[in-house]
Amino acid sequence: MNLFIHQILSGLATGGIYASVALALVMIYQATHLVNFAQGEMAMFSTYLAWALMQAGVPYWVAFALTVAGAFVLGVVIERVVIRPVENSPILAVVIVFIALLVIFNSLAGWIFSYTIKPFPSPFPAEPLFGNSYVSSHELGSMAITLVVLLLLFGFFRFTPLGLAMRAAAQNPVSSRLVGIRVGWMLALGWGLAAAIGAIAGMMVAPTVFLEPNMMGGILLYAFAGALLGGIDSPGGAVLGGFIVGVLENVVGVYIGTELKLTVALVVIIGVLVVRPSGMFGKVHVVRV
Amino acid sequence: MSSASVPLLDVRKLGAQYGPTPVLHGIDFAVAEGGITAILGANGAGKTTLLRAVCNMIRTSGEVRLAGTRIDGQATETIVRRGIAHVPDGRGTFMNLSVEDNLRLGAYTRRDRAEVAGDCERMYAHFPRLKERRRQQAGTLSGGEQQMLAVSRALMLRPRLLLLDEPSFGLAPLIVQQLFGILRAINQSEKIGMLLVEQNASMALALADQAYLLETGRVVMSGPAETIRNDEQVRRSYLGY
Repeated sequence: MNLFIHQILSGLATGGIYASVALALVMIYQATHLVNFAQGEMAMFSTYLAWALMQAGVPYWVAFALTVAGAFVLGVVIERVVIRPVENSPILAVVIVFIALLVIFNSLAGWIFSYTIKPFPSPFPAEPLFGNSYVSSHELGSMAITLVVLLLLFGFFRFTPLGLAMRAAAQNPVSSRLVGIRVGWMLALGWGLAAAIGAIAGMMVAPTVFLEPNMMGGILLYAFAGALLGGIDSPGGAVLGGFIVGVLENVVGVYIGTELKLTVALVVIIGVLVVRPSGMFGKVHVVRV
Repeated sequence: MSSASVPLLDVRKLGAQYGPTPVLHGIDFAVAEGGITAILGANGAGKTTLLRAVCNMIRTSGEVRLAGTRIDGQATETIVRRGIAHVPDGRGTFMNLSVEDNLRLGAYTRRDRAEVAGDCERMYAHFPRLKERRRQQAGTLSGGEQQMLAVSRALMLRPRLLLLDEPSFGLAPLIVQQLFGILRAINQSEKIGMLLVEQNASMALALADQAYLLETGRVVMSGPAETIRNDEQVRRSYLGY
């Protein structure tokens, strides 16, 4: 029983990471109707920035804040410079750009920081909090940070005029222009936010999986499974889906076999696409022919 | 239009095209300060295109002046910020957002946030149906309600000029009467200029002070609405009696 509770809790901790990345995917999806395959590599690259800052002697939380800000700027710049020119191109052209970004960030990280695996510090103490035996401080801490990030985002999109404008711009760009919203900047802002969320997820997962250029590959897959499970156009659903996939992955890993861990993500992806393509909370799209 | 004062909207030689196909061929028209100008014409005459051209949603040529200042070539968002609100073809509803969020978006560019809530209430006073449905997703509204929402959203900008693209489209006659009554009241109480594009010529001519008749992208007749209404040919082709 103890083992089971432990697995659920640490599943929720990794699930939080998947939920964050899934949310980042959904944010880009809502604006572009495409999955940003480079989301994971952007997060990985940002995590390297944090590592480099800490190597230079910057304290953890300062490096954390700088990295989040840096990732935000990186996201905005990528949208403005790379995505904007292909905005109205055929889907495949945009997909190729996403894949190119993935490869570029992956190689860039390897070239600048080398492919050797590096340890990444956790800001939380090594001994478990409150003397519990179920969950490590890092798991608990990263879960808390994930929840804070999700709540902040929810508040931003739900209660601020800028958040409302961003939602409007993603849904209906033409009408948004007619009420004076600068749609282009809203999309860039969305990329910035998604990159910042990814950076936080990267820094939270790096202490567990260690820092290397391919560290986000599997995570992006789980996040994608989570986003699909919840509904690729539903932010709340994607978050819930991320947590579910996290728990599922852990439980399957322990009770069935570690070899099948990654299979879980693929089974979820195919299962959802076959049974209910819109996910738990996504909208069913009816196309008139 | 009095020649002494600068018109609110002054358009000269406006041309517009979709891809290589020209739709408007150098048309001139104006809206007086606080006036209502109607653009009449059959399907495909270029009425919707004309409104889109004014706020630069398509490729245009010619000169557009708002209260004397050139606005042609500026981004749509910028033109909106200068005080031109557009009730577009198809109503432009934000389907997944609540009625109230739609109204708030209408006031997005305004700096006087404190007064926005009051303006929301004013819209609800004009259209009580919207108040009943304020928390509902706008996509669930009926066509008539969405048209009311579109007009309200445009008014939330506190515009100097309101562009209306077939506000009567798809509405029951009784609702059209009500809507035009409200437009008249708003025009009189707040001195908002209006550029009205309509197929319902009799309603439009009753509301407007100036009218232009558009045929395949050219102005074929213009003058005071009163004169146009009494024109023999217009009466037969557009008013049907």
